[in-house]
Amino acid sequence: MKIAVCIKQVLSRDWHPRVNEAGTWVRDEDAAFEMNEPDAYALEEGLRLKERHGGEVVVCSAGPARVSQVIREALARGADRAIHVESDELASADGGAVASVLAGAMSGEAFDLVLTGLQSDDLGLAQVGVVLAERLGVPHATIIMEVKVEDGVLRVKRELEGGWFQFVAMPLPAVLTIQSGINQLRYATLKGIMAAKKKEIRKVAAGPVRSRQRIVNLYVPQKTKQTQIIGGTPAEAAAELVKRLRNEARAIE
Amino acid sequence: MILVVAEQRDGKLNRATWEAVAAAQKLAAMTGGAPIAVAVAGGSVGAAAADISGAAVARVLTVEDPALEPYTADGFVSALAQLVAGQAPTYVLFPHTYLARDFVPKLAAALDAPLIADVVGIVDAGGTPAFTRLIFHGKLAADVMPEGDAPHFVTLQAGAFSADSAVRGASPAPVSGVAVAVDAASIRQKPDAPFREAKQAVDLSQAARIVAVGRGIRALDKMPLAEELARALGAELAASRPICDAGWLPLERQVGSSGQTVAPKLYLALGISGAIQHAVGMKAAKTIVAINKDAEAPIFELADYGIVGDLFDVVPALVKELQR
Repeated sequence: MKIAVCIKQVLSRDWHPRVNEAGTWVRDEDAAFEMNEPDAYALEEGLRLKERHGGEVVVCSAGPARVSQVIREALARGADRAIHVESDELASADGGAVASVLAGAMSGEAFDLVLTGLQSDDLGLAQVGVVLAERLGVPHATIIMEVKVEDGVLRVKRELEGGWFQFVAMPLPAVLTIQSGINQLRYATLKGIMAAKKKEIRKVAAGPVRSRQRIVNLYVPQKTKQTQIIGGTPAEAAAELVKRLRNEARAIE
Repeated sequence: MILVVAEQRDGKLNRATWEAVAAAQKLAAMTGGAPIAVAVAGGSVGAAAADISGAAVARVLTVEDPALEPYTADGFVSALAQLVAGQAPTYVLFPHTYLARDFVPKLAAALDAPLIADVVGIVDAGGTPAFTRLIFHGKLAADVMPEGDAPHFVTLQAGAFSADSAVRGASPAPVSGVAVAVDAASIRQKPDAPFREAKQAVDLSQAARIVAVGRGIRALDKMPLAEELARALGAELAASRPICDAGWLPLERQVGSSGQTVAPKLYLALGISGAIQHAVGMKAAKTIVAINKDAEAPIFELADYGIVGDLFDVVPALVKELQR
């Protein structure tokens, strides 16, 4: 099976974002970056499918030069090669724009299956996978908890709201957006890291990026609640909290 | 014209549809009173259409085709693309549900339209509406404007607009059918019936008090600490998604957009950052307490009481205090 996994490099979850002067994006000069976690689950699922069915896993990513960091990580975990659509503009672009650019770079490869995380941890628009399916002209399913391939037919378990699930079948080729927790992530071994250095990363030009939405104002959200922060030592804070829960909020006896 | 696309299952309207109507009414007021139409799509949607016709909107449009039952992404995109092409709305609004996430990006892409997803507010940005989203795990808010020609697609976060604030009409809005042609043979997804996993041992939605555990618990062998606090409070144990992904607690104890939505009297969040996917599941709790060592964690925006500290120090102290 020829499997593509689209991964995004996102600002590290622990990083505290600071807004730029124009109020249109963040100042990321001193930031740390990491692989988008849902995409890590998609990569793991791709690697497991390769182990089961043979073939190759190709990692695809769009963004500035620094994106090579997460590409190398994916190669170290076991992906065979990579496609990097290099563009600074794409770092803050919306999912629709990114998906169109990725589709352009991927369409010549005839992948059997394309996997992405269900959404990114930074913008969380949840669009790249589905738009990619539209641009590639293939069927798709989202928020997937299980993937099985039998005789060229895909059978997946979709997660629905409130504890419901649904099995769906569709022909290959197809795009799936993968839910976190579908599997347990593997991490790169030293052997894998060394092998990754020799694996191919094909660079592709982005072409024009057509973004259809823009951030006009970026700010720290206004607090609507009057939060009472209780200070002191742990023992003091605990005593004060129990007192307020009992007498003020009447949330406990 | 503002088009709201309703969501229904087995003839029953999803409550989030009323929230979308409330949002549409606010957007209409901001855009000189544009008329609102609500579309209901499916195999047979008469009951759901009659339900939503009680809203103060210009009209209700039913989009019925046997190929639309059961739901498939291909079927819905085909039908709604025809509807949107025919109605030529300026804005198309959906609740940001699992269903919408499955087909709306494809519909928007097919129509080459922008999609601003998971919106929590609508603001006036110099005379034109902008749509507010939370990004970077809820740490920042972004006002986003669509660019280029209509239609402009927007999906609305659950609970961001109040269903109760949707204005009802003095008399039912007219309901009419819109004919679409959906080619059943071209639908590539073949779904089975939805199902629930094995019997659920706990119904968090009925718990009066909940102690929820997040990444801050760090290791499975630390869980007894949270369990002890839950016992001392007479509370049920719950978790954010990553804890369930790791297998430390079963999925049925997950609170959040993909798990349970709860509104207990007391919700105690231990080592939970408060990212949107979790927040939507618990922000309706009556009293929220957050314990987290990161003073900037978004959970403190939702909490009534907060302790910035190491849960491994604070929780034992709390248990001791409760047992006095």
